[in-house]
Amino acid sequence: MAYKRHIDRLPIIPSDAQRHNVTCHFCIVGCGYHAYSWPANRQGGTAPSDNVFGVDLAEQQFAETEAWYSPSMYNIVKQNGQDHHLVIKPDPNCVVNSGLGSIRGARLAELSYSEVRSTQQQRLTDPQVWRYGQLQPTSWDDALDLVARVTTRIITDDGEDSLIVSAFDHGGAGGGYENTWGTGKLYFGAMKVRNIRIHNRPAYNSEVHGTRDMGVGELNNAYEDAELADTIMAVGTNALETQTNYFLNHWVPNLRGSSLGKKREMMPDEAHAPARIIIVDPRRTVTVNAAEMEAGPENVLHLAIKSGTDLALFNALFTHIADQGWIDRDFIDQSTLQESPDRPPLYPARGVADANPGHLTGFEAAIEGCRMSVDEAAEITGLDPADIVKAAEWIAMPKEDGTRRRTMIGYEKGLIWGNDNYRTNGALVNIALATGNIGRLGGGVVRLGGHQEGYVRPNEGHVGRPSAYVDQLLISGQGGVHHIWACDHYKTTLNAHRFKSVYKRRTDMVKDAMNSVPYGDRDGMVEAIVAAIRLGGLFAVDVDIVPTRIGEACHVILPAATSGEMNLTSMNGERRMRLTERYMDPPGQAMPDCLIAARLANHMERVLRDMGRDDYADQFQGFDWQTEEDAFTDGYHANAGGGEFVTYERLSAMGTNGFQEPAVGLDGDRIVGTTRLYTDGVFSTADGKARFMDAPWRGLQAPGKAEQRDAYAFLINNGRANHVWQSAYLDVQNDYVMDRWPFPYIEMHPDDMADLGVSEGDLVEIYNDAGSTQAMAYPTPTARRGETFMLFAYPTGVQGNVINPGTNELIIPNYKQTWADIRRLSAAPGSVSHVSFKSKEYVRD
Amino acid sequence: MKRCNAQVDIGRRQFLRGTSVSAAGVAAATMARPAKAVPAAARVDYPSTKLANIADLEVNVPFDVAYPDGDAPGVLLKLGTPVEGGAGPDGDVVGFTTVCPHKGFPMSYSSERRTFNCPGHYSVFDAEKGGQQVWGQATQNLPQYMLRVEANGDIYAEGVDELLYGRLSNVL
Repeated sequence: MAYKRHIDRLPIIPSDAQRHNVTCHFCIVGCGYHAYSWPANRQGGTAPSDNVFGVDLAEQQFAETEAWYSPSMYNIVKQNGQDHHLVIKPDPNCVVNSGLGSIRGARLAELSYSEVRSTQQQRLTDPQVWRYGQLQPTSWDDALDLVARVTTRIITDDGEDSLIVSAFDHGGAGGGYENTWGTGKLYFGAMKVRNIRIHNRPAYNSEVHGTRDMGVGELNNAYEDAELADTIMAVGTNALETQTNYFLNHWVPNLRGSSLGKKREMMPDEAHAPARIIIVDPRRTVTVNAAEMEAGPENVLHLAIKSGTDLALFNALFTHIADQGWIDRDFIDQSTLQESPDRPPLYPARGVADANPGHLTGFEAAIEGCRMSVDEAAEITGLDPADIVKAAEWIAMPKEDGTRRRTMIGYEKGLIWGNDNYRTNGALVNIALATGNIGRLGGGVVRLGGHQEGYVRPNEGHVGRPSAYVDQLLISGQGGVHHIWACDHYKTTLNAHRFKSVYKRRTDMVKDAMNSVPYGDRDGMVEAIVAAIRLGGLFAVDVDIVPTRIGEACHVILPAATSGEMNLTSMNGERRMRLTERYMDPPGQAMPDCLIAARLANHMERVLRDMGRDDYADQFQGFDWQTEEDAFTDGYHANAGGGEFVTYERLSAMGTNGFQEPAVGLDGDRIVGTTRLYTDGVFSTADGKARFMDAPWRGLQAPGKAEQRDAYAFLINNGRANHVWQSAYLDVQNDYVMDRWPFPYIEMHPDDMADLGVSEGDLVEIYNDAGSTQAMAYPTPTARRGETFMLFAYPTGVQGNVINPGTNELIIPNYKQTWADIRRLSAAPGSVSHVSFKSKEYVRD
Repeated sequence: MKRCNAQVDIGRRQFLRGTSVSAAGVAAATMARPAKAVPAAARVDYPSTKLANIADLEVNVPFDVAYPDGDAPGVLLKLGTPVEGGAGPDGDVVGFTTVCPHKGFPMSYSSERRTFNCPGHYSVFDAEKGGQQVWGQATQNLPQYMLRVEANGDIYAEGVDELLYGRLSNVL
């Protein structure tokens, strides 16, 4: 049977409950919520005067009511040490989500740490150290002293390149401006660490260098533009599952035609119709299904390309649009580079350097460099040529009254983690530049995002470009100390099988050395650890909110607080910055990451002074923060563009709507922001002119991909599931999610399953030259033969095991283009017998 | 004493998994206003309501009902094949709310797929798997009725296993 909570009554929020602003700390969209809390020994009542809604709760409330919350929105948590009821429910007045809660965000309360209701008991409550052969709780001072002594010893002996760091760079949980600044000031200010990587990729780099190098920041429009566009082009994004309420609250009204009034009001001098949508994705997703339901199939163009051939499609669209004369000549003349520098000598095989794998140029040279006929692209992509022409028409053919079409282009991991990231990104931005669809209502060429953003750090120029391929450094035995901040590479990296094998061996060497010394002998312990490092060992420190798989290999664990247990600021996919106010206590001794970084800096300063290294110790000053607001003021307020206008007090007053970055001034106490970028036609380059990219097709770019495609039977496409946030780090202890997905699913065509003797729910092994993993077979008639889709980063079957180490020139991983063989492991285990394997698509009857 | 019998029927309580929940249910039933320092979610007293007779049901055709009161629409379904949690002599009778637990939109039943489908935000629930959300935005699986079938085929609902949309107590 499906999991049921058997909760048939919930405490009612009293009229005098406390209310805190909350931005969901999961995905990029950042939906607005409110956290209501009140003491555990009180409750509201059904009479209007006795509850916060002011309505009679003895009556049935109807659809979309504000006066209801589900059991997943309720919990009992500590607030200043006292038990309090907590309800976290979506805010109907937030312009992002208008009261919608996704299956992830609407579980924020249930995913909170509660001793009373036993939720998230996995949370780390105390620092832990490897002592007597296991991880044991200890004090902050003890744990930080050990980390500081080993780290300072290694960086003073061998230099800062011997310290390897894995750290979040994003917003929301496990990030945010406070925490990226805290870690950034430690590693890029006090030190100049170069061997650093980010949670989801093996280096310290942008996922979208292409668009940035062209002068087009990747978050350049407003969510409202999806309501205003004539055409939405969605590339490599399954927006209904991964930017859920952005899709539901801003795309659907336009597909349905319910934003027509707004379009006519804001853009009165042109023809308007409900939006059309072009979806570029090798797989039919629930996004395609929902778009067809809302817009009618005739207004949905699903371009199911062969995996990894996006660049060929974009170049054919660019060519056809230019040849038809559907370009925006005034925009090109005024806002883009007019010169066309010579191609690098080895182009297109190589750019002028690995740091610049494309060729930035003017419109005419780009058109010639990218030129691809519709028929040629049809051959490469597997599409019908007529569909490519139709896509070009939907993007750029003038409307019936002769006005330009407004086309919004959104892209995400299908492109970012796809073949030839840099040039494919560039080829897509070419289309937006050629048609003048940046900085205009209903336009934008934007990444749709994964996490929220929240980046403010000292200059990272010393890291270099291309930056170090950190996984390969670790695999090849380099580095002596590894600091990990909210990353679990065992679940989320490529080449994960090999990575885990080497990482375990190196960290085990240090564990064995630690076992040989009495823990209280601190000098002896440091010497034993250093000796093991000299033999190829690795000392690993893990800062996280939960126990992770990579944490099992670590020697010190430091417990962090998450959003809501601390005040935290982030911005969403339209640069909307909000403050989540602290509404509950962190578990046990857990602290905000920024303060952990500060305390580690304090200890390193002390150890360096003890070593007589006063000059070095001085670099670790400036970490006397006592609160996360201190870190915010030191970081964002003092360093971010427009940060001087932004304070906690002002953000708090601006609630769940906040403002859109960058801040440009104040209106009274209200922060004035920026709705869209580039409305003046001046782009983010030294001369203000955007660049086109000469980006010819060159097949599967990353090493080993073409060989893998030819050697194995199945494409192992991979990505996200609606139920699950990120690597399921909280969901793994959520009964509702684990009931649905006890194992990662792999969508397979039923005929492929029959050929392999596999039934629904059977566990299958996915294996290739990189490694092996497991998944649960999910029959999917809409899948193409030989093409599967597997849930990424799931704890009970890590897809990264079978992704080879190939990256692009800038060390962007290529997760999506993976091929492997599949065989049956076992019949569906008992834990799968209750699971539904029906179509995820909505049907009307 | 027909009235008294009815009271007994109404007072029939189900104690199911979730120990703190059941304990609080006892407390709520025995004290006018519980004075425990740590309140928890409490069960309510469900009416035992006759919804239909087995003979009223056709295989895979939803039969409209309302439970626990007239403001809570739902359906009974005779699936034709036994399912876990199914009632009746063939173990194939199930009952569900038809109000989506995400945002309260009325759902339709697909007889072909045997799923409930929500036009609001495309959620899909499997009638043959205890209302498991196949895909969607609700943070609950579909609330299902606890059914009792008498020897004469009368089908009684006597409880619901999840909170119904739009009410903070399943029984108002």
